[in-house]
Amino acid sequence: MLGLSKKDTSLLIAVAVLVALAPVLLNPFPENSALAQFNAGYPDLMQRFVIFGIFAIGFNILFGLTGYLSFGHAAFLGAGSYAGVWMLKLLTINVIPAILISTVVAGLFAILIGYISLRRSGIYFSILTLAFAQMSFALAASVLTPITGGETGLQTALNDPRILDGVNDSGNIPAPNLFGLEMGDSLQVNVAGWLWTFNAGYYVAGIIMLIAFYVAIRIFRSPFGIMLRAIKSNQQRLNYTGLNTRPYMLACFVISGMYAGLAGGLMVAMDPLAGAERMQWTASGEVVLMTILGGVGTLIGPVLGAGLIKYFENIFSKINSNLLHKWFSFLPDGLEDFVVTIIYPFIGKGWHLTLGLMFMGVIIFLPGGLVELGQRISRSFSKNKNDAAEQKPAE
Amino acid sequence: MDQIILQILNGLDKGSAYALIALGLTLIFGTLGVVNFAHGALFMLGAFCAVTLSRILTISHTVIDETKKDFLGNPLKVEVPYVNDWFGEATGQAIIDWSVPLSILFAIPVMIAIGVIMERGLIKHFYKRPHADQILVTFGLAIVLQEIVKYYYGANQIPTPAPEAFIGSFDFGALIGMDPGSIIYPYWRIVYFCFAMVLIGAVFAFLQFTTFGMVVRAGMADRETVGLLGINIDRRFTVMFGIAAAVAGLAGVMYTPINPPNYHMGMDFLVISFVVVVVGGMGSLPGAILAGLVLGILESFASMRQVIEVLPGINQVVIYLAAIIILLTRPRGLMGRKGVMED
Repeated sequence: MLGLSKKDTSLLIAVAVLVALAPVLLNPFPENSALAQFNAGYPDLMQRFVIFGIFAIGFNILFGLTGYLSFGHAAFLGAGSYAGVWMLKLLTINVIPAILISTVVAGLFAILIGYISLRRSGIYFSILTLAFAQMSFALAASVLTPITGGETGLQTALNDPRILDGVNDSGNIPAPNLFGLEMGDSLQVNVAGWLWTFNAGYYVAGIIMLIAFYVAIRIFRSPFGIMLRAIKSNQQRLNYTGLNTRPYMLACFVISGMYAGLAGGLMVAMDPLAGAERMQWTASGEVVLMTILGGVGTLIGPVLGAGLIKYFENIFSKINSNLLHKWFSFLPDGLEDFVVTIIYPFIGKGWHLTLGLMFMGVIIFLPGGLVELGQRISRSFSKNKNDAAEQKPAE
Repeated sequence: MDQIILQILNGLDKGSAYALIALGLTLIFGTLGVVNFAHGALFMLGAFCAVTLSRILTISHTVIDETKKDFLGNPLKVEVPYVNDWFGEATGQAIIDWSVPLSILFAIPVMIAIGVIMERGLIKHFYKRPHADQILVTFGLAIVLQEIVKYYYGANQIPTPAPEAFIGSFDFGALIGMDPGSIIYPYWRIVYFCFAMVLIGAVFAFLQFTTFGMVVRAGMADRETVGLLGINIDRRFTVMFGIAAAVAGLAGVMYTPINPPNYHMGMDFLVISFVVVVVGGMGSLPGAILAGLVLGILESFASMRQVIEVLPGINQVVIYLAAIIILLTRPRGLMGRKGVMED
């Protein structure tokens, strides 16, 4: 279907079903139960899952296929965000132009940075992209304040021109919408204590994520994708066979940058605010973490990694020591305090520590990330089955 | 003229911090071939060695001082550090006052130990893995170290003053025969620069004039042959990792009075230090130092008011700009060796 093999089609359909049912699946606990805070099915977080999913898919096209580790990918996300907000300010509050323009602007920005950075490879490429991203961040936060809003950030205002929308006389700042469907609109369904929120913005972002995912599958399976993999395994040999790899690399870099810009555009479509901190190198580091954690070079890995990190960030960081005491209150007093003291540094404000440890663990023991973990588990199961099958005839 | 000298001086102290971190990075890269993203965290740990020592020194017990009264007329409770009891009031206070320089003695064994543990426990397993994996695992380690420090010391900056004798500024202009008052410069920054130069000199002397250093240099040039000669080069490289960690740590210790340490100071320096290493040339020790000082001075010139008026924002980006230009025109960096990381 759609030019995909059977396996890829079923993967795409599985992802589509998960995206469609996420508001239900991510709310496994009833609203008033003690575990309700582990529910991730609220619009803001779900939007972030899919948006960072797009960002990580794009990063994976570059790093997973070609092995070029960019440490400055957040620059494209930031550039896309700024472009998106300007579209919302100047043209129309409809999100379509904002998303399109942010992708295009990030793409142009990627052509510029990629053309220079791709002259080098390996660690030099990482440093060059890092230098460009830090430069963009420093400029956005200081000199470019008229364009970027400086440290306060750029947001929509009441007296923006919005030439396509006509005069705004409601007295409120209009909310981003898709032909009248506001991104913040939600349909809440309450079924026997479970509260499910179906958010318009989430589904818009989700559909775009599915399209992005589909395009990524096509890239992975195309001759172009094979060429990129060849660059990863031996660039020198490609050069010796008379191929110029640079156009392929540049195309890949630009596609990857456009994915980041698309994510930035969606981000401002959900919440029309763009700040310079989106470009900082820690933000670039975050997408690297997501991709590695999920599984580099796999299709679904980056999306899983993005979901996991955003889940940790939002859910784990909310747990505080009172709550821990409540959970472990079944233990004897002394033991309860002990357990809470042990666990406390890893949750709440300390969730970064857990993230760092998890990340190190993945790199050391599971270079393929969560996807490899899944494969190993399923392999060990099927191995057992094979063993059983082999034993039967012997009897 | 005085402006130029002042900017050079300003650049030298920051530049020497860059140079020290870059020196450690290059040592690790040249010996072990590992790109260590946790080096900034080592710098930060060094700074927190100074914080820890000053906290240990000021551990106090309360005594009731009968000679002083509080506003209710009761005898005043005074906190007296234990060092005062042991060494007497005057010596005790002097020890506390000099806690930052004393931290050097404290930080050297601590940082060497941390470095050796890090190399044996983690980095050793990554020699044969791709550079990307090394970058990523050390990046993860940096996050972990940073968060541990944050857990114990909090997220705020911790002021750690220099000894009384070095607080304040002196008239550098008068010293070199210019108008008095034209160049005023803080004492501690000069101390920092001299300290950095001594440390760099010590590392070079160690590599150049000792048998151990000679073996290490031989190992940097051709690890395999040195191994075949029956020398346990891995152990020496482990020690070099410890030394590199100590250099970064000492840079951090002495930097605390200039910039009060907080848990993410390492990351801020790391990004620039990598740029410094690449500009200097991967694997070249003199290159790292030259590039560190040059970029530090460049940065301080770019922060001059006159320059910012012409090119706004240049002070923020000048280092990166210089790196981009150098990488594109001199791919090996200023003093890069042939055959190191050329891909």
